[in-house]
Order: sequence, then C-alpha cells, then structure tokens
Amino acid sequence: MTSSPAAAAPTPKAKRPLIELRDIEKYYGDYYALRKITTDIREGEFFSLLGPSGCGKTTLLRCIAGFEELSGGNLLIDGKDMEGVSANHRPTNMVFQSYAIFPHLTVEENVGFGLRREKATKEDKARRVAEALEMVGLKGYGKRAAHALSGGQRQRVALARALILKPKVLLLDEPLSALDKKMREQMQSELRKLQRQVGITFILVTHDQEEALIMSDRIAVMFDGVIAQLDSPERLYRRPVSRKVAEFIGIMNFLPATVTGTEGGQIQLEVAGLGAIAIDAEQCPGAVKTGEASVGFRPETMTVLFEGDPEPTRGKIAGGEVEEVVYFGDMSYYDVKLDGVEKPVQISMRNVVGRPVLGRGARIRIAWEAGALVLFC
Amino acid sequence: MTKRKFLGSEAANGLLMLSPTAIYSIVVMAAPLIAVLLFSFMTPGYLKVIWTPTLDNYAKVLSDPIYQVLLGRSLVMAATVTAVTVLTAFPIAYFISFIVSPEKKSLWLFLITIPFWTSYLIRVFLWKVILGYNGVINEAFMGLGIIHQPMTFLLYNMNSVVLTLAHSYAPFAILPIFVALEKIDRSLLEAGQDLGESRIMTFIRVTLPLAMSGVVASVLIVFIPTVGDYVTPTLVGGSSGQMIANVIQLQYFKLGNYPVGSAVSIAAMGVVTVISVIFVFANRRFMRGPQ
Ligand SMILES: Nc1ncnc2c1ncn2[C@@H]1O[C@H](COP(=O)(O)OP(=O)(O)OP(=O)(O)O)[C@@H](O)[C@H]1O
Ligand SMILES: [Mg+2]
Repeated sequence: MTSSPAAAAPTPKAKRPLIELRDIEKYYGDYYALRKITTDIREGEFFSLLGPSGCGKTTLLRCIAGFEELSGGNLLIDGKDMEGVSANHRPTNMVFQSYAIFPHLTVEENVGFGLRREKATKEDKARRVAEALEMVGLKGYGKRAAHALSGGQRQRVALARALILKPKVLLLDEPLSALDKKMREQMQSELRKLQRQVGITFILVTHDQEEALIMSDRIAVMFDGVIAQLDSPERLYRRPVSRKVAEFIGIMNFLPATVTGTEGGQIQLEVAGLGAIAIDAEQCPGAVKTGEASVGFRPETMTVLFEGDPEPTRGKIAGGEVEEVVYFGDMSYYDVKLDGVEKPVQISMRNVVGRPVLGRGARIRIAWEAGALVLFC
Repeated sequence: MTKRKFLGSEAANGLLMLSPTAIYSIVVMAAPLIAVLLFSFMTPGYLKVIWTPTLDNYAKVLSDPIYQVLLGRSLVMAATVTAVTVLTAFPIAYFISFIVSPEKKSLWLFLITIPFWTSYLIRVFLWKVILGYNGVINEAFMGLGIIHQPMTFLLYNMNSVVLTLAHSYAPFAILPIFVALEKIDRSLLEAGQDLGESRIMTFIRVTLPLAMSGVVASVLIVFIPTVGDYVTPTLVGGSSGQMIANVIQLQYFKLGNYPVGSAVSIAAMGVVTVISVIFVFANRRFMRGPQ
C-alpha cells in the first residue's frame, strides 16, 4: 500500500482525522445513550449522523460541542484531548435545531455575538459581519430585529453566526427539519455548496436518509447508541451491512435464501423466486455463514419487461404477477408477487412514453441481475 | 364596499365582554380619582369643603418644605425598598427557574406565598416583635452577652420600614422575574457559550437582557405602592420614618382638610407617574417581545 504512488501522496486535507472518538460512552442516569463509539471524522468532510429518533445523534453532537460530559472514552479534536475543555473553549460551533437566535439582538448583533472577545477594530468586525451575512444570502438584513425573521432566514443567521468564528468543526443538529419541503431542498444544496466553499468540517445530525444521502461525504448510521455502519452514501445504499441499515436507507426488498456454499470468492445461493445463483463475496458486506439467510435488492434494480421489449442481453428472467400499482407521474411502483414467493416485492419503473402502466393481476416478466443482490446472513 | 354591522360583530362582542370589568374599574378606580382631583382644586374650610375653585392648595404643597421633605423621603425609601427587594428577588427567581427541577417548581412558588397566609398587619407586628427594644434580636444578643444595651436603630426608623416592606413585597417581585426567566429558551444560553462566552458573560449578555422585562415589571410593582404606603411607616417607622402617606392621612382624617390632602395626593401621584414613565422609557429596548 505505502509503495503505491496514490498512497504515497495522499491529499493531506482529506485524510487527516480531525475528530477522534475513542470508546465514547454516555449515561443519562441508568440509560446507556452512547455505547462505546469509536470513529474518526476527517478534516474538511461533510459527515452525517443518521438514525431513528432517540438513537443518540444529538447526544453525540452535544458531547463533541462540550455540552455533555462523557461518561467514558476520549474525544480528541485536532489531536487535543477535550476532557475538561468547556464548550466556550472548543474549536467547534453549533447550529441549533431551534436556531437559538438571540431575540433581543438585531441580525447584525447576533452574527457578531462571538466577535466580542476578538481583538479587532470595530470597522473590521463590522466588515466581517457584513461578509458573513452576504455569504448566507442575507445582505442588507443586518439592522432587522432577529425575532422578525422567517424560519429560513433564522437558519441563515445561525449559520453566519457560527461560521464567522471560523471554527474547525461546524455542528448542525437537524438544521432543516423546521423548514418546509421546498425551502429544505434549497438549503440542502446551499449548505453543501457553503461547506465546499469554506472547507470546514461539517457534522450534520439528521433522521432524514434522503437528506443525508444528498449532502454527505460519509454517513454514520446509528441505532441505539452504536454506529451500525459508516460509509459513503453510495456504499451505504448499495452495500448495507445489515437488514436494519438496509431498511433504514431507502426501500429494500428481501427474499428468503439459503447459502449452500462458498468457493473462490463466490457464494452459492438458493433464492426463493430467483433460483440457484452465485454472487461475489463482496456482495455480502457482513459475515458469511452457510444456511438460512436473506437476499435484498433495491426496487429499481429489477426491470419489468413489456410486450415487444428486446430480450435482455445480460441477467436473468423471473416471472410474477402484479398485485398493486402506484402511479407517481414519472415513476410507477409495482407490488409484484414473484412465482414461488409469498410476500410481494416492490419494483419501480420509470414511465416512458408509449409504455402502458400495467394493471393489477397482469402476468409479467422481470429481468434481474445477480450483481444487484445483497446477501444478509 | 359593504359596511359591517356593529351589533353582533366581533368588536361589539368584545366590548360586551369587557363591560363588566370596565364598569367596575370606572366605579372603583376612576370615580374616586376624579373626586380627589376635584377636591384638590377646592377651597379648604374648617372641616368642610368650600366649592370655590382655587390653585392655593397646590401653591401650598409646592412651597411648604415639609411636603418636599416627606415626598423626597418617600421616594428614597421606595427606591431603597425596590432595590433591596428586586436584588434579593432576582437570585431567588433564578434559583427556582434554573436550578430547581421542573416538577418541584410549583412547590417552590407555593412556599414563597406562605407569608401571605397571615394578614399584612400581623406580619408587621411580628417584625415589631423581632426588631423591638425588648424584641427577639435584642434579647438574643444581650443573652449571648454580645451587647449590653438594647440596640435602638432596629425599630422606628427608615431601616425597619425598608426591611418590613422588602419582606412583604418579595413574592410580587419574584414572580415577574421568574416568568421572564422561564420564557428564556435554554438553548440560547448554550448558544452563548458555544460562541465563546463564559457562563458569567453569557448571563450578562443573554440571560439578564432577556430577564429585564420581568425586572422592570418587578420594579414598578414594588416601587409604585411603596411610595404611598401608609401602614408600615405608621407601625414601624417612628417619627423619622414618616412618609408622604402619613401626611395625607393627617390632612384628611385629623385635620379634615380634604382639598390640601387631595393636592398632596395628586402631586405625589404625578411625581410617581413621571418617574415610572421615565424608567420604562429608559428600559424600552428590553421590552420588545420575542414574537
Ligand atoms: N438530558 C437527558 N436526560 C435523560 N435522558 C436523555 C437526556 N437527553 C437525551 N436522553 C435520552 O437519550 C436518548 C438519546 O437522545 P438523543 O437526543 O441523543 O436522540 P436523537 O438521536 O437526537 O433523537 P431525535 O432524532 O429524536 O432528536 C433518548 O432515549 C433520550 O430519551
Ligand atoms: Mg436529536
């Protein structure tokens, strides 16, 4: 590895761990909220903590910010142990879920709040506040009373207020959850752009998998105080390590399967509705065991073959019957009962001109490829 | 454009619902006030009012130094009481709001009202018992041999008036501050620290300004009635603790001089109003609401 040219000159910015979590534990009384979390968050990356409500995302974020004391483990930021370092002395800044805009101050005063302790001239500070406001698209809003802002504007003020201090890490606790859908989508791309522009490490807490997939470089999926999987959005979607992760991220169909053997980097399976197949060992992100297992696939990886479609050159064909159709405009979602399988699976199809939307009860043929399957033992 | 009917409209309903309160306030508050205002412009006779309008009463009130001394003393005393009360109320309100666990807060508020379970008069008498020549404090200190003569500066002066009033107005001062503190979003305090300020600086820059609406309310609630308090100075004030209300009482009931008593009342009320308005105006930037 070290001899390869790519590894010899790694981009130091992307590789260096900025935050190191070592066996982080947190108890609230008897409740074990964080259970030995160990991971690195790299400098300059957009990192998301994704998980269902109550899994400990906010708790972990607050531990990094210094609002919660660790019950165990070590937290290092930029190589420095944060034990005993209070929130106001950490190189982190936070965008609160409620935005926490000071209602008694103007927009300007809010954004400049953290500058008091810096030794700079008044003009210098005013210039920086103006710059920060411009960066978040609030140019000219400085004199407004903070309590007279809309949700989206508050969010921007909170961002400007945190970024003006040039933190090493920006922590965001569900910053978009209070916005309506349109505003949320706009802010998602703006935040992403902003992060690239300033190059600061962002840690985003969210329970919205789509949001995490869209925005992040890497995502940590958390359940019950542990990180179940930490991967890039693509790997998380294509190769979830467990059924639980798979179900949390998008939709995945599961078919009962039996592992009959492994050899030469291949795994032999017997899958209900699909028959006997062999898949790559890489398609089983967890541990492989022979015996009962299940196989998962995403709805868009199977294709419904229509009358007159050319026979697929790759992959195989399975038969089934349409049980339910949901028409979505650009997409149709079919619940299909594969021959020999009890539970219907979901298959999504892009609606192309000239293609009918199939009705309930229609017999269909489905093209699929072994490469799209994921094995969970 | 259609003209909305007044009857049955929301405005009419509102007025209808307000009217009992409005009538009540007019009868019990506005009417006596108007009477006092009228009296203050009449000529005093011996134990009766002569109905000839005059400005002499005001001339007398403004020129006679006794009124200025007493009003001045009342204002100083009220300001002192207010300062003592609000400054002690703030930490108590802060304690209940920030330190007491949420489920125990109502219990604490309930405990604060306990002194009100007995009448004000009894509480004042109890202070006499505590502070008096042969009172609890003097007896205890003499018993311990710390002093040999009873201390006389405890009772029948300004100190005892301030102490007694501060004690009795404490709950009125605590509650508005408590409410203002309760309204503060706790994440604002975390935001303050997150942006680099210590706990103390966060208190000064965030908590205090946001609590000011409650502090202003407390100040007014304590200051306005204490300026005109009559019972306390009468009972524990002695001669050096006499206030403006005592002279009003003297004019009305001992001398039967309603016009001069009324003029003193109106003058005192005017001064208090002016001070209160200036105070609120000086603090207006804290009064703008978060919504
Ligand atoms: N101050 C606290 N005292 C006691 N328990 C707490 C406290 N804060 C959080 N918890 C508990 O710890 C667990 C994790 O809470 P946390 O707020 O981190 O969840 P979360 O993943 O952010 O969830 P959400 O998506 O709902 O915000 C929850 O079960 C919660 O009840
Ligand atoms: Mg949370």
